[in-house]
Amino acid sequence: MDTMRERFISVTTELLDEDPRTALVLADISAASFTRAADAHPDRVLNVGIREQLLIGVAGGLALTGMRPIAHTFASFLVERPFEQIKLDLTHQGVGAVLVSALGSYDWPAGGRTHMSPGDVALLDTLPDWTVHVPGHPDEAEALLRHAVADGDRNVYVRLSNHSNQDPHHAVPGRFLTVREGAKATVIAVGPMLDAVLAATADLDVTVLYATTVRPFDAPALRATGHTDVVIVEPYLSGTSDHEAHQALADLPHRVLGLGVPKAEHRHYGSMDEHLRAYGLDTAGIRERILGFTEKL
Amino acid sequence: MTTTYADLPRLMARMTGAEKHGPAATSTLDALWVLYDRVLRGAPGDPGRDRFLLSKGHGPMAYYAVLAAKGLLPEEWLDGFGGYDSPLGHHPDRVLIPAAEIGSGSLGHGLPLAVGTALGLRAQGNHAAVWTLIGDAEFDEGSNHEALAYAGALGLDRLHTIVIDNSSASHGWSGGIAARFAAHGWSTATVDGHDHEALHAAYTTPHAGRPHAVIAQVEPKN
Repeated sequence: MDTMRERFISVTTELLDEDPRTALVLADISAASFTRAADAHPDRVLNVGIREQLLIGVAGGLALTGMRPIAHTFASFLVERPFEQIKLDLTHQGVGAVLVSALGSYDWPAGGRTHMSPGDVALLDTLPDWTVHVPGHPDEAEALLRHAVADGDRNVYVRLSNHSNQDPHHAVPGRFLTVREGAKATVIAVGPMLDAVLAATADLDVTVLYATTVRPFDAPALRATGHTDVVIVEPYLSGTSDHEAHQALADLPHRVLGLGVPKAEHRHYGSMDEHLRAYGLDTAGIRERILGFTEKL
Repeated sequence: MTTTYADLPRLMARMTGAEKHGPAATSTLDALWVLYDRVLRGAPGDPGRDRFLLSKGHGPMAYYAVLAAKGLLPEEWLDGFGGYDSPLGHHPDRVLIPAAEIGSGSLGHGLPLAVGTALGLRAQGNHAAVWTLIGDAEFDEGSNHEALAYAGALGLDRLHTIVIDNSSASHGWSGGIAARFAAHGWSTATVDGHDHEALHAAYTTPHAGRPHAVIAQVEPKN
């Protein structure tokens, strides 16, 4: 199976062939993989070099002329570094782009903190009208990427990762998918967290919702569970979506437990699995904390 | 009634309440007037129109006055400048002003957006010219340097940058601003920013295969 990032490269190459409105903007990262696309569409495959403010500024300018730009680099350099460009060159201008990141929060721990971006979704949460897709499998990444590019002129963030589930589940874009139904509580598993959540809750009487679109947040799906005890397991900053659950259940007494990547810097290198364990995002860690939460019922 | 350059002080007075304005308010006035009066082609909304992206959104009264003089925004709007319901703020917002190509205010955004605009037009076979205006202090922002190096490397010849140089950069530009552009392959011209004929000549200088920068020197801010 290819990775989500490899799928992004093959699908974007196809989209550039299919739709003359699309343009790809790169800042060196992944540029070598788009050589064929660049040869075929030299005016629509634009590598600006290691210049991330320009990456977003160029995307904004392309959108001002009616094109559908796709901008891509690692999450740290796509969202955190040029954040004001995202705020002003896209949102404030009233234009849209598709931002596609790689590496996420913990994909390359040996690379250290500089290549970790657990705060990307929380940062985008400070801006209006962003759609955020967090696929959990390369097949889902393809479907969500195609949906994002075709999604009018909206601003859409597609967060790709090397962390993925064994099988695709294909939630409808914008909607949570009910994977399992139970009586006591609801656990929302975001993207790559699904396999660990399903294993952690295999013998627990809980509903599991699968979310690959986290913004907008599918509040109706959460309310439809009838549960007021909610656990959200996210592959980025812990608590990022808590406020959405609180808002969805604002008229009801309710409890929310947010699990994700801790805010504190974790100054270890090593592997993704070691980091997931350290963050309590492996099966055992998730199970222990869900039990602690549901036992208080 | 034809509106002329002589009407600009009256139009600016509708925003500021005074016929006389300090250098900060008028440093861009001549550069903008010559551009809108004699160089830019096409009307707002026309796909083939030349684009002007005001990057230096500070002190936009001269910009609004020129747009009003050219019939690109209603003169009546000038009276409400900065008011709650006015489309005209102390920094412009393209969503509120049909003739404004971008909203600006935070420095260093116009030139990168202009590069993207020029690339987008090129990809669509549209040969319209793209212009942006920045200040010499705004040039401090690193985003400008990302953009000018890339545009120079590409030879993006539909792109034009006007730099209003009123010597306000805190640490100056040793060796001159034009040299920064020239080093990255831009065509450059440095002129008196109040001399209409010199501005027009600089704006219309041929620059095949290269983007073009016009440094318009005006009286120092301080």
